[in-house]
Amino acid sequence: MTLLETEAAGSARARMMLDRARWAATAFATFDRERTQRVVDAVVDAAYQNAQRFAEAAVEETGMGVADHKRRKNEACSRGIAERYDVGDYVDAQIDAAAKIVAVPKPAGVVLAITPSTNPIATVYFNAILALMTRNAVVVSPHPLARRVSADAVAVLAQAAVSAGAPDGCLQIVEEPTIPLIEALMGDRGVDVIVATGGTAVVRAAYHSGNPALGVGPGNVPALVDATADVAKAASCLADSKAFDNSILCTNESVAIVEERVADALARELTRHGAHVLDEEEAARARAALYPGGRIETALAGKNAAALAAAAEIRVPAGTRALVAPFASIVPEEPLALEKLFPLLGLVRVPDAARGIDAARALLRIGGAGHSAVIHSRDPRTILAFGAAVGVLRVSVNAPGSTGSSGLDTNLAPTMTVGTGFFGRSALTENLQPQHLTQCTRLAYASDPSEPFGDFGGLQPWSVRAEPAPVVARPQPAGEMTRDDLRRMILDELRELVRQ
Amino acid sequence: MYDYDFFSFESKADFLDRSEKVWNPDKTRFWQDAGVDLVIDRREGYLFWDMAGRRLIDMHLNGGTYNLGHRNPELIAVLEQAMGRFDIGNHHFPALARTALAEALVATCTPNLRRVIYGSGGGEAIDIAIKTARHTRQRRRIVSIRKGYHGHTGLAVAAGDERFSTLFLSDRPDEFVQVPFNDLDAMEAALRGGDVAGVVIETIPATYGFPLPDPGYLRSVKALCERHGALYIADEVQTGLMRTGEMWGVVKAGIEPDMMVVGKGITGGMYPIACVAVSEECSAWLKEDGFGHISTGGGAELGCIVALKVLEICGRPEVRSMVHYIAERFRDGLSAIQERYPDWLVGIRQDGVVMGLEFDHPEGAKLVMRRLYENGVWAIFSTLDPRVLQFKPGILLGPELVDEILDRTATAIGLAVGDAAGVPA
Repeated sequence: MTLLETEAAGSARARMMLDRARWAATAFATFDRERTQRVVDAVVDAAYQNAQRFAEAAVEETGMGVADHKRRKNEACSRGIAERYDVGDYVDAQIDAAAKIVAVPKPAGVVLAITPSTNPIATVYFNAILALMTRNAVVVSPHPLARRVSADAVAVLAQAAVSAGAPDGCLQIVEEPTIPLIEALMGDRGVDVIVATGGTAVVRAAYHSGNPALGVGPGNVPALVDATADVAKAASCLADSKAFDNSILCTNESVAIVEERVADALARELTRHGAHVLDEEEAARARAALYPGGRIETALAGKNAAALAAAAEIRVPAGTRALVAPFASIVPEEPLALEKLFPLLGLVRVPDAARGIDAARALLRIGGAGHSAVIHSRDPRTILAFGAAVGVLRVSVNAPGSTGSSGLDTNLAPTMTVGTGFFGRSALTENLQPQHLTQCTRLAYASDPSEPFGDFGGLQPWSVRAEPAPVVARPQPAGEMTRDDLRRMILDELRELVRQ
Repeated sequence: MYDYDFFSFESKADFLDRSEKVWNPDKTRFWQDAGVDLVIDRREGYLFWDMAGRRLIDMHLNGGTYNLGHRNPELIAVLEQAMGRFDIGNHHFPALARTALAEALVATCTPNLRRVIYGSGGGEAIDIAIKTARHTRQRRRIVSIRKGYHGHTGLAVAAGDERFSTLFLSDRPDEFVQVPFNDLDAMEAALRGGDVAGVVIETIPATYGFPLPDPGYLRSVKALCERHGALYIADEVQTGLMRTGEMWGVVKAGIEPDMMVVGKGITGGMYPIACVAVSEECSAWLKEDGFGHISTGGGAELGCIVALKVLEICGRPEVRSMVHYIAERFRDGLSAIQERYPDWLVGIRQDGVVMGLEFDHPEGAKLVMRRLYENGVWAIFSTLDPRVLQFKPGILLGPELVDEILDRTATAIGLAVGDAAGVPA
C-alpha cells in the first residue's frame, strides 16, 4: 500500500463519482422528452453498433459464454429495449382526466448498477439504457472478472450520451472494483437505488446497505415436459436453451421433469438436437466433476459441452451442444438438482403431470425461489396448475428458458435483471423495466364532482431549452494552445504593433 | 463552560475578552462592530459552526484554502498516515516529500516550469519569487497591480496595496511600481525603462473583488514582459487548483509564466506550505547558491504529502465535471437574483467558482456580508474594494447545498437593499 492509495482513499474517490453523478442527475431531471430521446437514441445506436465487438471481448475476458449469443443479447438489450419502451411514458406528465389525477414522472436520481461477470455487457447496456431513458445518472460497478470490457463499454456509451447532450457524468463506472469499495458505495447516501444483478452475496449486501435496492436471485429452473407436449419442439427448445451462451443466463433450465410416457421420445429428440444423454456411469462422473464436494464447479461456468465432457472424462460426439444427466429424484443431497451455469441438464422421469409439478416445487425448494420455470405442454389446465403451484414469477411456455424468461423469445419485458420477488427475497417482482427507476408526483384533484379538473393539454413540466447541458472541456494539456488561443494571441500581437 | 480538551472558556464573551487581551484587540473588536460575532468552532466540509452552535456555510474558504472543504477526510487520512513516518523534515537537506511534490506540481504546470522552491506561506513564496526575479534579471524594480494583494512579508507587502505597507513603513515606491489593472498603457509605461525585474500579478485579483482581466490583457502583459526583459510572476494562490475550471487560471489564460506562486489551498488548510514553480532560467540561483533562501517550515514534508493528495484530487475528472456544474448553477442562480435587484446587484464577476458580486454602494459588500451572516452564510467583502463581495464556493459542493446557498443569498441581498438606503454613500 503506497502512501496515497489507502483503502479509505479508494472509497473517497468512488464517492466522488456519486457526487458527480448527483450533479448529472440534477441536470438530467429537467430534460424533456425530446432531449431525453436524443440521448437514448445515441446510446442505443452506439451500443448496438458495438454489440459484436463487446460480445467477443466479454468472452475473451471472462472465458464464459458464446460470442454470437452474447451479441444477440447485446442487441436485444440495446435496440430491443429502445423499440419496446416509449421514453414519453417516463418523462411526460401522464394525465388521467377521469380520475382527475396528473402524474409527473421523476427519476430515481443516482442509480448504482452492480453488474455480473456472466452477462457483463448485456447487463451494462440494459441498466444504462433503462437509467438514461428515465433520466437517471448511473454508476456501474462491474464484476471484477469483467471490469475491462465493462469499462470500455461504459466509455463508449457515456461518450455517445454526452455527445447527444446528456449531462456530463450521467454514466460512469468504477474501474477498479473491490468488495470493500462496492460495499462502501452501496451504503453511501449518494445512492438513490441499487440495481444488483449478480450473485446472492452481492444482492444480500445491497439489501443490507440501507439504501433502496432492486435485486435478483439465483435461478434453478424446472422444465416440465408433460405428455401433451410437442416432444420434438420441446427437445429443440431445451437443447437451444442449454447451448445458448453456454447456459450462463440464470433463466436456463436446470432439470427437465418429464412424464414417463414421453421420456424416451424426448431423450431421442434431445440426442437428435445435439444433446448427449449420459448413461448412469457417465452421469456419476459428471456429478463428481461438475459438482465436486456437492458444490457447483464455478471454473466451468459458461464453458461449452465439450469442456464439461472433458472435465468429466466423458467421450461425446463432435458438435455436442449439451449434456443430459438422468437422475432418480429431486432431493437436496443430489448435486444434479443444483443450479446449472453450464450446458448440463438434469433429467427426471415422473409418472404424471401432477407428480411433475411436485418435482418442480421440490427443485425450487433447493434453489431458485421466485426465479423462473419452463413448461412444455399443450394442456392449458396443466399449464395453469403448474403456474399456480410453482413459486416463481415467470414461466416460459413452450419456449426456451434462457431466452424465454429473459424476454428475448417471449413477450415478457426483455431483461438482464430478473426480479425474484418476495419468494426470492427481492423487492423486484418482475423483469426490471424503466418504470422501476422512476417515481411519480401525483396531482390529485378533489373527487367532489363540483371541483373541475384542470386543462393540462399542451403544458410541459420539463425544460425544453435548446442549449445543451454544460459541456465540460477536456483538460487542456499544460502549455499547449488551441487554435482559438493562437488566433487570440496573434490578434493581441497585431494590436500591440498598431499601438506602437 | 466551553471545554475544548486543550483549553476552555467560560463563555463566548469570556473568550472574546481574552482574545482582545492577548491576541488582537482591533481585529477582535472589528468583527463585533461589523455585526459578525463569529467564533469558528466545529468545522466540516463546507460548513462550520459558531461557538454558540450556529451553522454557517463557508463561502469565504479563507481565499480558497478550503477549496476541498474543511477537514477533508482524504487529507486527514493522508496527514495521519504521513505522521507515522514524517515530520517537517530538515531544510538543509534534499527531502523525499519535497522532491515528490515538486515532480507532481511541475507536471501540472506549463512545460517551461521545471523546479519548485518552497515557502511556508503565500507571502514568503512571493518574496522568493521577487528575489528570484531580481537575481535572474539583476534588476531591482518590481511592477504589480494597484489593489493587488500578495501577502504581508517584506517584499510581498511592498508589492501590494499601501493599505498594508505604509503602516509598517514598508512601502518602497522607488522599487515597487503599481499600475492599474487592465491598463496596458500603464503597464507598458512601467516596463519601458527596461529596469523591471518582474511583474507580479494575480490572474484575477482577489482582494480587489475579482475584477476579470479583459480578454487578451494577461497575454499582452506577458508579451510586454518579454519585450522589456521582465519576468512574469503569476500569483495563482486564489485562482489555482481548479477554481477557474482548469488546474491553473494562468494556464487557462494561455500564458506560460516564468514563475507561478501557489499557496493556501495547496494543502487544504491541513498543514500549510507554499510553492513557487520556476523556469530553468529562474533556477539560476538554485545552482549557484542553493542556501540563498532558507525556510525551516518552507516545504514542510508533512505539507508536501498533503499537497500531493490535493493535486491528485483536483486532477480527477469528477472534480473537473463538478466545478462546471457548480459554476453553471451559480451563474443561473445569481443571474436570477440580479434580475430581481438589477440596481443593487450591479455586477457578477465570474470565472468558474471565482466570483465577485458588485453592489451599488461604496460599502455594499459589507452590508450584504452582514445579512448573509445572519442568514447562515459566511462570505467576506473585498478589503480593497468594499463594493464587491468575494463569493467563493468550494469545488466539491453538491447541488442541494448550492441551492441552499442561493436561497440564503437571495434573501440576504434583498434585506441589504433596505440597509443601503439607511447608510449614507
